[in-house]
Amino acid sequence: MTDILMPALSPTMEEGTLAKWLVKVGDTVSAGDVIAEIETDKATMEVEAVDEGKIEALLVDAGTEGVKVNTPIARLEGGASAPAPAAAAPEAKAEAAAPVPATAKPAAAPVESLPAISQPDWPEGTPTVKITVRDALRDAIAEEMRRDDKVFLMGEEVAQYQGAYKVSRNLLEEFGDRRVIDTPITEMGFAGIGSGAAMAGLKPIIEFMTFNFAMQAIDHIINSSAKTLYMSGGQIKSSIVFRGPNGAASRVAAQHSHDYSSWYANVPGLKVIAPYDAADAKGLLKAAIRDPNPVVFLEHEMMYGNEFDIPEIEDFVLPIGKAKIQKEGKDVTIVAHSRMVGFALKAAEQLAAEGIDAEVVNLRTLRPLDTDTVVASVRKTNRLVTVEEGWGPCGIGAEVAARVTTEAFDDLDAPPARVHQEDVPMPYAANLEAMTVPSVEKIIAAVKQVSYK
Amino acid sequence: MPDKTRLQLYIPKPQARPGEPVNFDGLVVPEAGSVRRPDPLGCEADMRDMPFSLVRVLDEGGHAVGPWAPDVSPDLLRKGLRAMLQTRLFDDKLFRLQRQGKTSFYMKSTGEEAIGAAQSLMLGQGDMCFPTYRVLSWLMARDYPLINLVNQLFSNEKDPLKGRQLPVLYSARDYGFYSLSGNLGSRFGHAVGWAMASAYRNDDKIALGYVGEGTTAEGDFHEALTFAGVYHAPAILCVTNNQWAISTFAGIANPRDTTFAAKAIGYGIPGLRVDGNDFLAVCAATQWAAERAHANLGSTLIEFFTYRAAGHSTSDDPTKYRPVDEPVHWPLGDPIVRLKTHLITIGEWDEARHDALTAELTEEINAAVREGEAVGTLGKSKPPVAEMFEGVFKEPDWRVIEQRKELGI
Repeated sequence: MTDILMPALSPTMEEGTLAKWLVKVGDTVSAGDVIAEIETDKATMEVEAVDEGKIEALLVDAGTEGVKVNTPIARLEGGASAPAPAAAAPEAKAEAAAPVPATAKPAAAPVESLPAISQPDWPEGTPTVKITVRDALRDAIAEEMRRDDKVFLMGEEVAQYQGAYKVSRNLLEEFGDRRVIDTPITEMGFAGIGSGAAMAGLKPIIEFMTFNFAMQAIDHIINSSAKTLYMSGGQIKSSIVFRGPNGAASRVAAQHSHDYSSWYANVPGLKVIAPYDAADAKGLLKAAIRDPNPVVFLEHEMMYGNEFDIPEIEDFVLPIGKAKIQKEGKDVTIVAHSRMVGFALKAAEQLAAEGIDAEVVNLRTLRPLDTDTVVASVRKTNRLVTVEEGWGPCGIGAEVAARVTTEAFDDLDAPPARVHQEDVPMPYAANLEAMTVPSVEKIIAAVKQVSYK
Repeated sequence: MPDKTRLQLYIPKPQARPGEPVNFDGLVVPEAGSVRRPDPLGCEADMRDMPFSLVRVLDEGGHAVGPWAPDVSPDLLRKGLRAMLQTRLFDDKLFRLQRQGKTSFYMKSTGEEAIGAAQSLMLGQGDMCFPTYRVLSWLMARDYPLINLVNQLFSNEKDPLKGRQLPVLYSARDYGFYSLSGNLGSRFGHAVGWAMASAYRNDDKIALGYVGEGTTAEGDFHEALTFAGVYHAPAILCVTNNQWAISTFAGIANPRDTTFAAKAIGYGIPGLRVDGNDFLAVCAATQWAAERAHANLGSTLIEFFTYRAAGHSTSDDPTKYRPVDEPVHWPLGDPIVRLKTHLITIGEWDEARHDALTAELTEEINAAVREGEAVGTLGKSKPPVAEMFEGVFKEPDWRVIEQRKELGI
């Protein structure tokens, strides 16, 4: 079965009205058929079936107002020839599936050495549990595999070895070798095979041992997956997730430390996600797997073992394309993604002691980039510092700075500053490595620069 | 210490360049019917002689002979002939129209029409072909509307691909014809992935992929074959060896004393080498490979030995790199003539009917071209701008919506 979710017209849309159903239970639809019309205060849009199948249930009545984005609104019966999932997950609750609007409430206790998160993605009072980013990713994959037999995991060492970074721990045991597939050592090969399987209607999760090795597969990620829907005049969709660690680890030198954020974020047809903490990892990976488009999901090796709180909510899904105010502040906006969010939070802690109240924006999605949240923050603080692990030229920070200067030029009290890797391939030696990558100190210096302090 | 021989760099050379006499010496063409037909459900290790022979069914007199002669009806043969002839006539017409500026670019399949036509008719409706740009006859055999081709080539308001793709790079999923890829070889991997997905779902559909002989040098070819062998992907993987990759001859892609079909051996899948200008041999080999795939015995690599009688594209002038009369001396003949002769030999066709069919197809093509011209040729009618931002994502993201607004559409 496939749930059809309430679509978003824009990153700021959180809910809408289900105006009209154009199908009824029992109808057979093809992918792309218009099945409903929805309305927001801005526009009316058509909802298309993302898959073929028979309408098993309409979950929201016509005329219902305030339907949250990503809430299941209909269910397709499909994949009749496929065996039922080993353990069916309980039905998703609409409230749980919908993201809770940000309300900026400080968390009760900081997590070990990691800075506090100020803005939860779940209702106050929801019980939480500590979990590593690694296990959050694993749980996201497992939950989606239980939910949909079309989802499978493929890559080097994902089955018997349980993943080079143990992200696929116990998945082979639960799902068997049909759905957790060890491949030959050829990124080009399994990215191509995955692209073909996606074109056949499956939902592959392709694990790269690291995104450095995805260089060999980038032709399939871009020329096959990202462009085919467009080139085929909309005939051929490709719902596929390419995931794995991205960016610098530690002492692994130039060919194992490359941050590809801006490479993929440059490409129309791809969605690009870079989670920071466990909640980002779980909620966004589940969203990525359900998304009908190709998604590049950039994890970080240095974050896998870190523990964070996640809510004990069934089917915790976060919206793609929405940034998060990770810490509120009024003096300067620090925009970061992935591991750099943690660096920015630490910098903010130290800056607070010096009387500078920094706001930290966790981008979470790099494409589509949530510039509304960034611009709103800069309008409040009047100063911008971007932080990324990769090189500066044509980088994420360059894009953010361009958007902010275009949309909030008159609100800026200083030229934006960018913190990024120095323009050298990553050296191996620890002292050189430390000098090339962004640091808390460099972020603090950039903040002082834009604050004229 | 004895003197060591000085090393010399070896650069392969074709047997004839422009101005030299056509030379097909050394090309061994076995008698039709002389090659054995192994059990399609047999063990791959017992078939390793097959890549070094050449499966042929039609003999000089137009008779279907030997163990590979397929059980196909005269109606199917006539359908195949019609598709091939339609392809030839359409190619000729559109080539001409390109020269008149009605489209920017065209690629002909001349001499290779048997392959797409026969395979299209042998496979089922739900099976999926991952094509190259020289299998137009696949679509013709499935009655794809000519007007769709014309509108795509003219890139006009009714272009089914909305002005997004090069002329000739068609997409027709409902006709079992996947989106053509401009970068060579990638669709081979997709064919194997599609086939594995079919097996994953316990479906009964198989995939078919094409590459040219030059593309066997691409990594995708080898990666796809690795997967096909390891996971028994239900796919038919075809190398169309038409002797020329633009100006580089087949000897640049493969050493002289082996064959493209023989590459299968290293991957543990059967390799067949088949006369690609013999419609019946193509049918027979495709049936054989399909039977094997449907029996969960995995992929077959088929080398179709053929000849690219036309230039690579409208941008190419083959007289600059091969003898001008090489195409007419190709020892395996013209696939259309050979099938026509066969049908006449078995009493199912005659010259008068052939002429009538040619006239009928010509008129159909002219009518489609007229219809397309009425919409508009290149630059005269344009794809709707409003659709430019559609299909980037399943639903447009804000950036696409914003850019569309900025353009006022």
